[in-house]
Amino acid sequence: MLSLAAHQGVSIAEQNTEDRPLAIRGLTVSYGQKPAVFSVDMTVQPGAMTAIIGPNGAGKSTLLKAALGIVKPLSGQVSVFGAPLEKQRARIAYVPQRASVDWDFPTRVIDVVLMGLSRQLGLLGRIRGRHMARAMECLNRVGMHDFANRQIGQLSGGQQQRVFLARALAQDADLYLLDEPFAGVDAATEKAIIGVLKSLKQDGKTVVVVHHDLATVTDYFDHVFLINTRKVAEGPVADAFTAETLQSAYGGRLATAQIDQISRALG
Amino acid sequence: MSGEEFVPLSLTPLLIGTFAAIACALPGNFLVLRKQALIGDAISHVVLPGIVVAFILTGAISTWPMMLGAAGAAILAVIMIEAVRRLGQIEAGAAMGVVFTTMFAAGVLLLEQTDTSSVHLDVEHALYGNLESLIWLDATGWASVLDPEALAGLPPELPRIALTMLGVSLFVWLFWRPLKISTFDEGFARTVGIRTGVLGMALVITAAIAAVAAFDAVGSIIVIAMFICPPAAARMMTNRLETQIGWSVAFAILSAVTGYVLAGYGPLWLGAADAVSAAGMIATMSGLILAGAAIWGPCRTRAGAPSAS
Repeated sequence: MLSLAAHQGVSIAEQNTEDRPLAIRGLTVSYGQKPAVFSVDMTVQPGAMTAIIGPNGAGKSTLLKAALGIVKPLSGQVSVFGAPLEKQRARIAYVPQRASVDWDFPTRVIDVVLMGLSRQLGLLGRIRGRHMARAMECLNRVGMHDFANRQIGQLSGGQQQRVFLARALAQDADLYLLDEPFAGVDAATEKAIIGVLKSLKQDGKTVVVVHHDLATVTDYFDHVFLINTRKVAEGPVADAFTAETLQSAYGGRLATAQIDQISRALG
Repeated sequence: MSGEEFVPLSLTPLLIGTFAAIACALPGNFLVLRKQALIGDAISHVVLPGIVVAFILTGAISTWPMMLGAAGAAILAVIMIEAVRRLGQIEAGAAMGVVFTTMFAAGVLLLEQTDTSSVHLDVEHALYGNLESLIWLDATGWASVLDPEALAGLPPELPRIALTMLGVSLFVWLFWRPLKISTFDEGFARTVGIRTGVLGMALVITAAIAAVAAFDAVGSIIVIAMFICPPAAARMMTNRLETQIGWSVAFAILSAVTGYVLAGYGPLWLGAADAVSAAGMIATMSGLILAGAAIWGPCRTRAGAPSAS
């Protein structure tokens, strides 16, 4: 496991990581006795789509939350486009796990999307016509413009996920971090979301996704980051997403049949 | 009722009851949505040791030291609840349970160990306050509202609770957007630069100040009822937080006014001789409003509940 990480580490160390969209050094996060993420380095390539992959409880979401300052790491540094996180908040958009909020909250779809404009609006800024137009445009991009005045609890899981994505679009960021956006959504939503993410990439934005479906990795992503508490592998899909790296990330938890299937898919 | 009778006897208790209800209902909206509603209950218990300590130190029932003692105890409790929650990594409700029983017990112990028998410091006073006694004897009619000499004789609870209500309203107005975002989605709020820990603490401290000011004037029954009943009833009237706040204020005013009037005249109408506690009746009215909203409110079903399929 460690030798693989070291192998990948060499090529990254040679690169200039100063202006990378996201560079993490020596990150360790612990919720109790046992670390959830241990001494992880990660460098996200600009203008690419990166998947963070690993078994359940491997620290995927924790890595993302620590990178965003939502959970406090025990140690490590995070830099965003070459500057400390706190200075670059305006350039980051975040889509949390859908299950992390109470969808019974008394608010409408459009109000959630407007939350994406909160930095722009400030503490007491009035919501004006142009803000509403911007929010509607973002809803339109995820195909949810007809639902603007619905209470958020009246939506299906896939629709809720699209509203979260619309809120992130409203943030107009350069780096998009999404936590399991495809978890428990219908096929139409999955297609809509990947369409939006690919269009972000075409606009030169950087997209990082915590992902759990190994079958779609090669179709959706350019880069992968494999984690199981420690970093297992990092790099372009063709190099880092192999039967060997998967075996060391998932261990016995991935059936041999699955590995064979993925190896075949990878050629 | 004529102005000569209404203004000196009923105007001030009505206003104090109404202001106290609004001051508690406003932060109550956020506490209910954050599932921290019982913090009002916790605060009204934990202020007891603060009040007793203030009494021991000053040797008299005087308002300001007691308010300061109560506020100090409330803030200490809030910090202890957060500390127990974070260090013990347990849920907020359990942390509150530990802290407020401990502090209430400490208050009772202090009360028993010191000689407070000579003064009016008892359970009934703490629960129901004495709203009916907050009268304005200097007033002679509506004209007194503009008379500086008569205004000087206003019960001090009135300006105090009015100021508290204004402060609470200002806090909610000023931090409306971060409060709403962080109550809905704390993780996202952090990523847009909202300091959710500080804001959550500020909300609870604001609620504590409202609770202590209301506690001083009207007792803890109203505090507990007003943190929960008007916001919970309001939630069932609308699916928008902005509208919910409006409903909660309307319900708070309605409870205070109808509760006060019914406490004073209800027993007479029923043929009984005495009036009943206004604070108790205000709390009862808020409970009835909540029951009404739970039966007839347009948004009482959980829209977000997963369907059977």
